[in-house]
Amino acid sequence: MKRKSIFQRMAAAPHIVWMVMFIVAPMLFVLYFAFTDEKGRFTFDNILSLSGYSNVFVLSIAFALIATVICLLIGYPLAYFMSKASPRTRKLLMVLIMLPMWCNLLIRTYALMALLDNGGLLNALLVKLGLNKLYIVGSDFGVILGMVYDFLPYMVLPIFTTMTKLDKRYIEAAADLGCNSWQTMTKVVMPLTVSGVISGVTMVFVPSISTFYISQKLGAGKIDLVGDTIERLFKNTSTYNVGAAVSLVMMVLIIISVGIMNKFSDDDGGIIV
Amino acid sequence: MKKFLSSGYIFLIFALLYAPILVLIVFSFNEGGSLSEFTGFSFTWYKELFNDEQALTALKNSLVLAVLSSCIATVIGTFAALGLHHMKRKWAKGAITSITNIPMMNPDIVTGVSMMLLFVAVATIIKANDFMGFGTMLVAHTTFNLPYVLLSVTPRFNALDKSLSEAAMDLGCTPARAFFSVELPEIVPGIVSGLMLGFTMSLDDFVISHFVSSPNFQTLPLYVYNQTVHNVKFSMYALCAIIVATILAILLIVNFAGSMGDRRSRRAKGGAR
Repeated sequence: MKRKSIFQRMAAAPHIVWMVMFIVAPMLFVLYFAFTDEKGRFTFDNILSLSGYSNVFVLSIAFALIATVICLLIGYPLAYFMSKASPRTRKLLMVLIMLPMWCNLLIRTYALMALLDNGGLLNALLVKLGLNKLYIVGSDFGVILGMVYDFLPYMVLPIFTTMTKLDKRYIEAAADLGCNSWQTMTKVVMPLTVSGVISGVTMVFVPSISTFYISQKLGAGKIDLVGDTIERLFKNTSTYNVGAAVSLVMMVLIIISVGIMNKFSDDDGGIIV
Repeated sequence: MKKFLSSGYIFLIFALLYAPILVLIVFSFNEGGSLSEFTGFSFTWYKELFNDEQALTALKNSLVLAVLSSCIATVIGTFAALGLHHMKRKWAKGAITSITNIPMMNPDIVTGVSMMLLFVAVATIIKANDFMGFGTMLVAHTTFNLPYVLLSVTPRFNALDKSLSEAAMDLGCTPARAFFSVELPEIVPGIVSGLMLGFTMSLDDFVISHFVSSPNFQTLPLYVYNQTVHNVKFSMYALCAIIVATILAILLIVNFAGSMGDRRSRRAKGGAR
């Protein structure tokens, strides 16, 4: 075997240096800040003080889980129906589901808030129809709705991709062997699209649990999630240490839940957008 | 009947997905400052937007940052993919890839916070007051672009025919020359898609920028955030409408050009037969 040239051996060097400086070092700083006090002394106080934030964590996890489940319940049938369309329509639908993903999250959230706000179009229509106003902005429902609205495309796209890759002969075989359409769905289509579901769930759950803009806008500042807490703690120099501890715990929570989810899928399929 | 139900479902979900964005666009042309009543068509908010020095500077900053960060990430990432491709040690390869992917896996807020802590620490050590700004933003954007570049370029390297570059070297090329004249042309599509992905990621990013920016250097998403944090501003509707229209145009052009390319290649194949 030929000896590797210096060029080939050194090609990755700039990347490794960059990675150590700007990915590894920042992570170590999170650890360092989480376990020290303002004067740089080692302490467990930050981690211990997190018990005061337990309700924030519980609320965030609950909201993210509910939003993920709703996205899955809406998104899975949508992806299924989309995959059944003709190739031309499928392409158009694909562009239509991707367009919101390319729009900035701030814009989508802001647009939704403008529509649902007390003085917004929805309430104006309701009043005109002689109905009561809906106070969605500022409620738990509003925040969950925001998460579902913002992240639904991230659920649909990976499921849709695995659906279109699905070998149609499996479905025909199932029908030939006497499955009705419901059995084909639960015994053939669903197990074969698990990898898409897993990446969809990850892509909805992770941004949902860490968001702060959605809760600021659609929660009208009344609802405090982990993201809001971190954002607030990092506005003030004196609370960096607690902020680092909150970030660390959230990161560990996410690593654990993504790890558990990946256990359920046998390949690392799906897509990353 | 079944067909009708599935089309109806697709239509309903897409209508809900697009309703807020459409309402936002329509009301960006609203003469009066109302979210619920359309009083007359006008370009007032667009005029206000284009006279807003801050918005134009933010747009310029966004573009400069996106171009620079995606180019730097593409250069570093492409060489990294080359180095990884020739790397023998499996564990080192795996370790580098997983560490590179950390910013993609982590919630943005954790990435943002960790980089902020690094920059804060460096600023304290070198006793700099105004450390956050263009430099820190460029570093952060390059870092979160790197995994996307590697993700696009690595498969191209894996698909390369090794004997081609070996033949080039047997014929007297240095390894560097063999890379630039034999391998590089083959991986260009991967490089281009990595560059584009990085460019859009950088344009779109809000959360990470939020933590490593200063008021002196605002990108477009940061500007939108600062303008919408307290009250509703109608020129933001105009800005959002412009952004949505631009994205729609790009997506349609790409899709249209893509299908034209398909048709052409299909015709070419037909001709060859």
